[in-house]
Amino acid sequence: MSDFIEWGALGQVLVAGVLVGAGIPALFALGLRLLAGTTADAAPAADPGAAPEPGAATATPRPTPLRLAGAVLCLVVVVGAVATGLFVVVSGGH
Amino acid sequence: MIEAVTEMLLLALVVVTALAFDFTNGFHDTGNAMATSIATRALKPKTAVALSAVLNLVGAFLSLAVAATIAKGIVDAQVITLPVVLAGLVGGIIWNLLTWLLGIPSSSSHALVGGMVGAVLAAVGTSGVLWTGVVSKVLVPALLAPLIAIAVAGLGTWCVAKLTRGVPQDLTNRGFRWGQIGSASLVSLAHGTNDAQKSMGIILLALIAGGAVPADAGVPLWVILSCAIAMALGTYLGGWRVIRTLGKGLVEIDTRQGMAAETSSAAVILLSSHFGFSLSTTHVATGSVLGSGVGMPGAKVRWSVAGRMFVAWALTLPAAGLVGALCHWIESAIGGTAGFLAVFGVLVISSAAIWVVSRRKPVDHTNVNEEWDEAKGADIEAVAATTGEAGGERIAPVPAVATASSVGPAIESVGTISGPGTDAAPKGDVR
Repeated sequence: MSDFIEWGALGQVLVAGVLVGAGIPALFALGLRLLAGTTADAAPAADPGAAPEPGAATATPRPTPLRLAGAVLCLVVVVGAVATGLFVVVSGGH
Repeated sequence: MIEAVTEMLLLALVVVTALAFDFTNGFHDTGNAMATSIATRALKPKTAVALSAVLNLVGAFLSLAVAATIAKGIVDAQVITLPVVLAGLVGGIIWNLLTWLLGIPSSSSHALVGGMVGAVLAAVGTSGVLWTGVVSKVLVPALLAPLIAIAVAGLGTWCVAKLTRGVPQDLTNRGFRWGQIGSASLVSLAHGTNDAQKSMGIILLALIAGGAVPADAGVPLWVILSCAIAMALGTYLGGWRVIRTLGKGLVEIDTRQGMAAETSSAAVILLSSHFGFSLSTTHVATGSVLGSGVGMPGAKVRWSVAGRMFVAWALTLPAAGLVGALCHWIESAIGGTAGFLAVFGVLVISSAAIWVVSRRKPVDHTNVNEEWDEAKGADIEAVAATTGEAGGERIAPVPAVATASSVGPAIESVGTISGPGTDAAPKGDVR
């Protein structure tokens, strides 16, 4: 059976897949959660989706600078991962 | 002189058929990238397929690193001739169209591999097939891909669900829509890069076998161009039936699940190729959608729909193989150019027949998002039963004599329509 399954490659795919494939959505969700409660004008820096509709959540308190920084960090990592994915496609390394 | 002309004609037929396969590959696989974005209304249906088409087109030009033949390592390269390539392609196309008719997302690559393997088996017997390659490159990945994708997408969805609890839904919807569009775009791009190259590889192989280009030639520009355009056109037309099954049939999906599923698909597809463990785009995408239902607390997964799909996956290789083998038998029973034209005629006629059947219950961008109810599911099953019979007739093992007589009418019709028929085939597929 070991002739038919490349266990090494399979393991790498599984581990990396879980880290990236589940980690990115989780980070994205975390970023949004940290942003939640903010007015939309804090968002455009990293989250273009929030830009076109300002004032959606004006009643809720603004996030602390720490939360905002955390959110931006999360979303930057996500964008970075997408850029890396693009780079992998373009460089034909797959 | 006549021989040279005949050879050119055969070569042209193979190229046209390869482009037709590329086209079916495009519209069969649109759903892999865009079904969830359409289902969650992150994108309008037409916008989604247009975006996917453009990205497939761009993707086809991005990289030629793997413009090798898909049959490499699976069948003996020595035995591949133009008739074998044609028979294999026809097997792949017919299976692709049948599964599209039933709205089942099945792997286009497996259909192609199945067709090729069947054609080679019919041509030279079991010695022409590298069975270890078939098992390790096709069967095992087919089994593992959905499992990996379900695990990844399930975990991702679960994390997302936990993390976004209590966050206002309009905020998560807006955010995740963009995330979903981004990750779906990445899947489209990767599909264009991977799958268009398979057709390019086959056309290159045919050109070399036909002596049109030297054996060490690179992929000519017109081949890249025509493959990219054929796939983009197919993608733009949209396999609405498959999109509907993926987006509405398996799981009722929201934007958070859609984003998690598409990210999982993109990550697993790119990583698996990166680590040299190639997985089918379709199997990964389907597994991801299932996983997003498994991981979401309270979400319902329609396992009956999934079960029907798994059956189709298991059948893909043997069924496409049978069609491929049958086509090769027809070719050799009739012999020469006439046999070649007969097989091409079989392709045109069965494509047209499948298209006619599909018109009875059309699925397009207007009704792709309609509610999925169990009665409709049963409806689709009824259609499955009738086409299954038709398919069974066609792919049943037929003795050579019977084949010759049953194909007689086909040859006659091909003789009269072969000129316009060549043009009519893609149009028939188009609608």
